[in-house]
Amino acid sequence: MSANYEPNIVAFLCNWCSYAGADLAGTSRVSYPANIQIIRVMCSGRVNPLYVMNALQQGADGVLVSGCHPGDCHYMEGNYYARRRLGMLKDLMEFVGVDPKRFHMSWVSASEGHKWKEVVEKTVEDARDAGPFEGFRRRQIDW
Amino acid sequence: MTEKPKVGVYVCHCGINISSTVDVDAVAEFAEKLPNVKVARTYSYMCSDPGQVLIKKDIEEHGLNRIVVASCSPRMHEPTFRKAIADAGVNPYFLEMANIREQCSWVHEEIEEGTAKAKKLLTASVAKVRLLEALEQKEVDAEPAALVIGAGIAGIQSALDIADAGFQVYLVEKTPSVGGRMAQLDKTFPTLDCSACILTPKMVDAANHPNIELLTYSEVEEVKGFIGNFDVKVRKKARYVDFDKCTGCGDCAKECRVKDRFPNEFDQGLSKRSAIYLPFPQAVPAKFTIDPDNCLFLKKGKCGKNPKCQEVCGTEAIDFEQEDEFVEFRVGAIIVATGFDPFNPSRKPEYGYDDYPNVITGMEMERLVSASGPTEGKVKVFNGEEEIEPKEVALIKCVGSRDESVGNEYCSRVCCMYVAKQAHLIRDKLPDANIRIYYMDVRAFGKGFEEFYDRVRRENVRYIRGNPSEIFKRGNKLVVKVEDTLTSTPLEDEVDMVVLGVGLEPRADMRGVMELLRLSQSPDKFFLEAHPKLRPVDTATDGVFLAGCAQGPKDIPDTVAQAKGAAASAMIPLARGKVPINAQVAIVNEATCRGCAFCVSICPYSAIEMVTVNRFGNEVEVARVNEALCKGCGSCAAACLSDSIQPKSFRDSQILPQIAALGVMK
Ligand SMILES: Cc1cc2nc3c(=O)[nH]c(=O)nc-3n(C[C@H](O)[C@H](O)[C@H](O)COP(=O)(O)OP(=O)(O)OC[C@H]3O[C@@H](n4cnc5c(N)ncnc54)[C@H](O)[C@@H]3O)c2cc1C
Repeated sequence: MSANYEPNIVAFLCNWCSYAGADLAGTSRVSYPANIQIIRVMCSGRVNPLYVMNALQQGADGVLVSGCHPGDCHYMEGNYYARRRLGMLKDLMEFVGVDPKRFHMSWVSASEGHKWKEVVEKTVEDARDAGPFEGFRRRQIDW
Repeated sequence: MTEKPKVGVYVCHCGINISSTVDVDAVAEFAEKLPNVKVARTYSYMCSDPGQVLIKKDIEEHGLNRIVVASCSPRMHEPTFRKAIADAGVNPYFLEMANIREQCSWVHEEIEEGTAKAKKLLTASVAKVRLLEALEQKEVDAEPAALVIGAGIAGIQSALDIADAGFQVYLVEKTPSVGGRMAQLDKTFPTLDCSACILTPKMVDAANHPNIELLTYSEVEEVKGFIGNFDVKVRKKARYVDFDKCTGCGDCAKECRVKDRFPNEFDQGLSKRSAIYLPFPQAVPAKFTIDPDNCLFLKKGKCGKNPKCQEVCGTEAIDFEQEDEFVEFRVGAIIVATGFDPFNPSRKPEYGYDDYPNVITGMEMERLVSASGPTEGKVKVFNGEEEIEPKEVALIKCVGSRDESVGNEYCSRVCCMYVAKQAHLIRDKLPDANIRIYYMDVRAFGKGFEEFYDRVRRENVRYIRGNPSEIFKRGNKLVVKVEDTLTSTPLEDEVDMVVLGVGLEPRADMRGVMELLRLSQSPDKFFLEAHPKLRPVDTATDGVFLAGCAQGPKDIPDTVAQAKGAAASAMIPLARGKVPINAQVAIVNEATCRGCAFCVSICPYSAIEMVTVNRFGNEVEVARVNEALCKGCGSCAAACLSDSIQPKSFRDSQILPQIAALGVMK
């Protein structure tokens, strides 16, 4: 692992809570590592577990999915589905030999700009610990 | 999607908000080389009129059919740019925004980092925009009626405005009477109008208005649907008194076997009421209610030989058989005006509120100075067992506000003024008393506030700068321990009475409404507005608006102004009679759907149903989406085993290229 290795993180954030929380971090000028790139989805329930694997395949070293706190989902129950599905995925990842540190799930509300920073820092730190991901890389779509 | 994508990329400087940490020219230059990009430009403020004109001109000149704007959050300006490109003849859903301000320039400090990240975000947006589909904005009818939850001054004002405009209003109040906290106040700062005199007429109007259906002692139980068509179910709690027969005479309360035994909530527990009660003399509606937790008959099934209230009631209004009723109706918009809770000073035990009866809250003081209050307006307190008229009075501000130790960082905005008001009222009643106010700062920001503060100081009320650390008893005096921070002198001030200027807190029971309407809280835990500056009465749930202290502490003038704003906003869908429905709905590929119905059981809106179709001569079941019900969350898509159901604008085929774009560049 090279000393200046910087992990590349792809994050899926729900529009109503976590994306808004990340916006609030911006409005409040709370700075955090630039390693993280956000993809906006309407609900964490939209995140197909395959997206997580796909991101790892396509060059991410770590993946984060963040939604509304359980009970607060804008769509009533989407984040419960996310919690179930992605919880299972985490077990599966371990089983197939992917360091579970590469995958994080969090609940960040629209008012938790500071929590967002902490989540990012933790995700980046863990992905850094896990080192560059060299598992089943496979470019699927050429860019 | 026959047309080949021709993408225009617009990178915003946002003054220097973006350009100080992102090299916007480098980003635009980079964008030019991305596939399908025809034009890439930068501009100082993309959202400004010239910025929008720039896009429109390029659409005309270069035949652009896809637009990417790299600027602020889409939560801020997506509607602005959708409209701009629609004006130029491009489908408004052929737009992507790269959030390079809130999620890039404002959170990263190095220009190299910021620029590199902006390039990645932009690449992902270009990757996606090429694959978006044209969507049609559809509309449905809106019910010309509104629900207002909470009938304090905020809810009353909103309800009256909407009703006056000619729409039906359902005004739901949890307690037996409308009026809220304002009904408990004596005089109101800074003009010293009598609170009841200005409020009572409005309470009566709300009850008598032909367009208002007032539901007191009621709670919203269920809300389904969305803007334009919310289906609401309200529980009307049993009063055990026939609403139509009760004349409000009060004979029942006088005869009640447990007469004057229970703390009167309206007087903050300073007086007692019976188990059957009217919350206060001017209550609207003027109908009695039996408190089921204290009524002997309801609790034990027995009250003497016969309940006294039943015996004395001339109109036979008492009805112990009464049960909760449910009322159902449909509205187009909802206003949340549920108000606040005063801070409970038991959470600051060092002030001895639980220990000494002569340490009281500001709310209790309002009742003490009120002519209709428990002491008929006399300022009297118990010092131990003895009732006294205090000679030495201290008032303390910021109790439970601006205090991280109790979790409230915010300023409650009314205490500076109500404490000054109460000092004035005490001075009025006790001309010889020594009155001092302990304060951290004096915030006299509103119209007429500074003038009022000046007036109170001239009435021989001393302002001492210091935040008391403790209140304890010495002999028959209360000792306020404090440091005068202007002279750096520690004081042990001996007084007869302390008024705690308690702040305003979010209601302890707000979660119920929060969950019903899918609302969020801001860091101070009050309800969160859609935008702190530009959408202060809106929420993230379309068609749901906020009024009054439910959104944050405020005085009556601000509450009324916001209530009027919420009413005006709620009336937009009602007056138009139509609301746009979400265009980004899910759609089923009926050719590949295997008919398993997983999506049907997952959909939180019951928007998916199974239908039988003819597939090459075979009758098969497939899923179909009701577009008027679908909210576009996409939970169905993540569950579908054959990728046959997909939310428009968030299809797998549109998200996977974003993932690829973000993965590729280290
Ligand atoms: C001690 C004190 C003194 C004050 N003095 C002044 C003054 O002199 N001048 C001034 O301008 N301001 C003063 N204020 C501020 C003033 O009280 C508020 O601005 C005002 O009461 C806010 O009105 P509201 O309608 O938003 O909330 P509230 O008065 O709290 O009314 C909310 C209503 O909603 C009801 N409700 C709550 N939850 C539900 C639910 N789930 N379903 C149905 N109904 C529900 C409640 O029962 C209540 O009736 C003072 C405040 C305090 C604490």
